[in-house]
Order: sequence, then C-alpha cells, then structure tokens
Amino acid sequence: MSKHRFAAAQRHRGEHIAEWTIRIVASTSILTIFLIFVFVFRETTTLFSPDAQNIPSSSATAEEILTPELYNADALTAEEAHELNIPEVYNPETGTLGEPEPIALGGPELPRSSTKQVAERSVWNRLTDAAWQPVSSDPKFGIMPLLVGTAKTTFLAILLGAPLGILAAMYSAFFAPARVRNVLKPTIELLAGFPSVVIGFFCLTIVATLMQDLLGTEARLNAIVGGIGLSITVIPIVFSIAEESLSAVPKSLREASLALGGTEWQTAYRVMLPAAAPGVFAAVLLGIGRAFGETMIAIMATGNAPMLTAGIADPVRTVAATIGAEMGEVVWGSDHYGVLFLLGTILFVVSFGLNAITELYVKQRLIRKFQGQ
Amino acid sequence: MAKEHPVKVRTSDFSVYYGQKQALFNIGIDIFDRKVTAFIGPSGCGKSTFLRSINRMNDLIDGTRCSGKLEVDGIDVYGKEVDVVTLRRSIGMVFQKSIPFPKSIYENITYGLTLTEKRSKDELDHIVETSLKRAALWEEVKDRLTHSAQGLSGGQQQRLCIARAVAVNPEILLMDEPCSALDPISTGKVEELITELKDTYTIVLVTHNMQQAARVSDYTGFFLMGKLIEFDRTRSIFTAPSKKETEDYITGRFG
Ligand SMILES: Nc1ncnc2c1ncn2[C@@H]1O[C@H](COP(=O)(O)OP(=O)(O)OP(=O)(O)O)[C@@H](O)[C@H]1O
Ligand SMILES: [Mg+2]
Repeated sequence: MSKHRFAAAQRHRGEHIAEWTIRIVASTSILTIFLIFVFVFRETTTLFSPDAQNIPSSSATAEEILTPELYNADALTAEEAHELNIPEVYNPETGTLGEPEPIALGGPELPRSSTKQVAERSVWNRLTDAAWQPVSSDPKFGIMPLLVGTAKTTFLAILLGAPLGILAAMYSAFFAPARVRNVLKPTIELLAGFPSVVIGFFCLTIVATLMQDLLGTEARLNAIVGGIGLSITVIPIVFSIAEESLSAVPKSLREASLALGGTEWQTAYRVMLPAAAPGVFAAVLLGIGRAFGETMIAIMATGNAPMLTAGIADPVRTVAATIGAEMGEVVWGSDHYGVLFLLGTILFVVSFGLNAITELYVKQRLIRKFQGQ
Repeated sequence: MAKEHPVKVRTSDFSVYYGQKQALFNIGIDIFDRKVTAFIGPSGCGKSTFLRSINRMNDLIDGTRCSGKLEVDGIDVYGKEVDVVTLRRSIGMVFQKSIPFPKSIYENITYGLTLTEKRSKDELDHIVETSLKRAALWEEVKDRLTHSAQGLSGGQQQRLCIARAVAVNPEILLMDEPCSALDPISTGKVEELITELKDTYTIVLVTHNMQQAARVSDYTGFFLMGKLIEFDRTRSIFTAPSKKETEDYITGRFG
C-alpha cells in the first residue's frame, strides 16, 4: 500500500512515544496517591471492624510484652513534663479514681492488673476521654486534647503568619522597587524549602527562651512557641500565593485608582487587595493546611503534652505530632494503631477539604472576577 | 491663534524621555478652559505620553524624565511643592481600556469620593445619581446599583468610568481614546456626553477617529513623531491646515 499524502510523518511516532511516556508516568503517580488514600482509610477501618472490641484484652498482653520499651519512650516525655512542672497533665480527672496513672510517675513501673476494667470499655468510648494515654493498662485515646492542641497552634500560626505573609506580598507586589522585589520574593519562598527540623530546633532553643523571657510563661515549650514555629512555615506559603494573585490583578485597575487621586496605599488596600481576595483567601486556606499538617516543628516546639486546657501558654500536642511521634513504636494492629490512623484520616480529610475548597471554589471565583461575569 | 479664552494648561519647551528614548520634543501648547481639545496623529507619536504628562501618570513608569514647563492654572505641575495625589484629584482620566473596579456600580462611583473624606449616605446617593446621569447611564443601571460593575457591557463600562471620573468633580478631564473599543451607538453616546461635559470641564481627548475629532472638538493638535506639528481651531485644521504633514494625515495619505 503506497503512502497517501496524509500518512503520518515520521516525527509523529516520536511524539506518540513521548505522549505515552507522559501518560504512564502521570497515571502511575495518580495511582500511587490513590493507593496511599486507600491504605490510610483501610487501616482506619480496623476500628470499625466487629472484632475491634476484642482487641483491648489481646493487645493488653501484647503491651505487657513490650512494656519496658514503650514505657521508656513515654517516660521521656513524662520526665520532660516533670521538668516543666506540670505533672497535672498526666493526672487528668477522668473520673476513674483519684489514682495516678502509672505513666504519671514517669518510671518504668509495671501496669496494674486492671484488665477487667480494660475489657469493659470499647475504643470508641476511649476516644472521648479527656486524656491521651495510649500506652497503659487502661489506655485513654482521648483525641480531644490533640484536636484542641492542633486548633491552638494552627490558630496562632495563622494569626501570625497570614497577616505577615499578606503584608509582605502586598509590599512585594505594589510597593517594592523591582530590585528589592527580585531579592525579596525568592528569599521568602526559599523559606518554604527550609527543613522543618531546623525551624523546630530554632524554636526549641531561641524562640522558646525569648518568649519565656518576654511573657514569663510557666512552660518553656508551649502553644505560643509552637504557633510561632508553624507560622514560619505558613508565611512563605501565604506570601507566594497571595503575591501571585496580587500581581495578577490588572495594572489598569491600579492606574485607574491612582488617576482618581488614590494614594498607593489606598490603591493597594481598597482596590488591589479586594480584587485579589479569592487568591488571598486561598493562600490563607493553604496556610491553615500547612500549619495543621506540619509535624516536625509541632513535635519539637509545642511541649508535646496532650493537655486539654484553654490557655495558649500551656504545652500542647498536635494531631500530626502524635502520629509522627508514636507511629514508629505502636503495636501493629492494636487499638492504638487504629486510633493513630483515625487521626491520620482526620488530617487527610481536613487538608483535602481545604485544598478542594481552594481548587474548586476560589479559582473559579478568581477567574470569573477577572473575566467579568 | 485665537486667545479669547482663559488658558487651563500651558506647556513650553516640554520634552519627555523614556530612559534614553525621547518621546516628546519641545511641546508648546495652550489648552483652553472649558473647551474640547483633540489630539490626533499616527500610532506612537506621543499623544498618550502627553496626556499622561498632564496628570503625571508617567511618574509611574520607571525611568521617565521630563524637561521644560507644564503648567495647570499657572502652577508648574512638576514643581517641588506639588503633591501628585492632590493634582490627580483635580484632573480626571478616562483610559482606552479602563476596566471598572471589581466592585458594585455604586461603589465604583463613590470610590474617588471616599478617598479624601467621609461623606453621608445621602450625599453619596446624590452624587452617584448625578454622575450617572451626566454619563447618560442612570436609566440603564438605576435598578442595579448594587450589582457588580463587571456585569455591564463594554460601552456601559466605559460610561461608568466616565461617571467615576466626573463624580470627584475634576477641572480637567483627560480621555485617551475613550471610544476605541465601543460600537457606534455607544460612541455616539460618549460623544454627546463630551459635548455636554465641556460646559463644566476642560476636556482633552486623544482619538484616532478624524470624524470624531471634527465632531466634538473645538481645538485640534496634530502630533507626529513626538512633535506637535500643528495646533489650531478644529475647523481650521480640518479645512485649511497650514502644514503639509497635517494635510497628508487628515486626507489619509499618511500614517
Ligand atoms: N512605558 C514606555 N517605555 C518606553 N517607551 C514608551 C513607553 N510608553 C510609550 N513609549 C514610547 O513613546 C512613544 C510614544 O508613545 P505613546 O503611547 O505616547 O504614543 P501614542 O501616540 O499614544 O500611540 P497610540 O496612538 O498607539 O496610542 C512611542 O514610541 C512608544 O514606543
Ligand atoms: Mg496612546
């Protein structure tokens, strides 16, 4: 068959190969992400399985075997807590007697044999405990202190990070001379690539001391220090997305406002910022997601004590930090393991929700705003 | 050249440079109070540059310089003690492609008013109505003042921008090709508007449309390659231009 004049040219084959390579790579990564989701959810569902009720007793034995190691791990935090003079963390009034928990003493004391009581309560009852003491003869999986702790640090991080990030973005987009902007933008964005363990260390040493001198807080590491640490990761995210959307506002709006006799500041604040509002909102949402999910800084700077209190000067422990600190040592398949995955699911759902809102709602609004529908 | 009117804007030996590039060469012109002055000329000849010099919008472009004198009411606009913001408040500007602020129609009009002082709701309502009426837009939008201005048609948007500029009650109105993106009907409305507004304002209009210049302006200036070739009463320019270049341009043998 002779080639007709519309036959595929040679170069098209090369393009086909490139196209298929890209497709395969793309679908592999999408599939990987999907499998991660499936895995996280599947592990969480162990909590829902019918034999979940039986696990406490069986896992209690498992815990006893592993007791020394696990207790040492926790004893560390308990000792830390002692240093911080806050033993009451580990003595939450759970209603179950005034007896101190074994962990509270911070020693490798063996658990009391209260297996009978253990078997009576299901994991689901334990989730509403006021304390988080996952390794114990009577484990308490109260996620409330963790959620409250996360809320505190996230709130503080956004309270600090969002205004700073937005103001820096406004400065960079509207006020800074080109030379300054060319330095400022990459510098702040570089901060986003900073290893969080370095930021955590910085907070642990310098920020903690500074804040304690400044505020005279009882505990050296607390939600404030954690919030400051997290805000350092929030700023670059808020900055870069807000800067991008502020810069995308048509220059003609700026000219129109200045021509009407607006000052640069009035123009930035009353015209450009509202015009970029959806993008700035998205920046804040992603910042929240970042603060919410950040693990290393939360482990290092928050004091890591799962306390259910209202004060922001108290040590806290976040959801992400809990997973990060405990997942490595948890008894595989135990209740503790399942609860950690439940926490992971909460993290995932919140981050996913924030990202979905940003993607679907905010971007659409931004597009509509500038195309004027 | 007739001198029977007071002069609003006067330049002498006025030149503008974008970096190394000179865009305007020794412009000397008298723009008369409460008259419509049109600038015509081929693309890139410096009409916009001159217009933007009057309210110092060129300051926004890095590396712009100017020399010579540009006076409004006898005050050197580039003088040391002139505050740009105050200057721009008394010189309104309508751009070729001016999108309304992404706010409501009402807020678009009140924006310029609220920059300087707080005003009562009644006062604002009143100014919004009169400005929109002056821009011949009131009837079309009076029922949807709180709606987004971006829902308006192109022609309505341009009239809104005129209303926005008029609302702050400037003395001079600079219009840079205000009709270039409009259909003939909207163009007609804007032209009508210009004729009405000239009782109150000194209007400087840049246009590529000869008929428009002939229809609405009292004086016309012809720019070519950064120089003001000829400036005279519109009738003289269009019927008996004194320069060969002007005649060539007007009759379409040029640019
Ligand atoms: N921001 C700028 N930087 C450098 N040169 C510029 C700038 N703006 C304008 N120019 C130059 O100055 C000259 C005059 O431009 P201007 O915009 O005033 O022309 P114009 O007469 O308004 O043209 P048009 O009819 O196309 O609008 C042109 O040669 C242009 O290239
Ligand atoms: Mg122009």
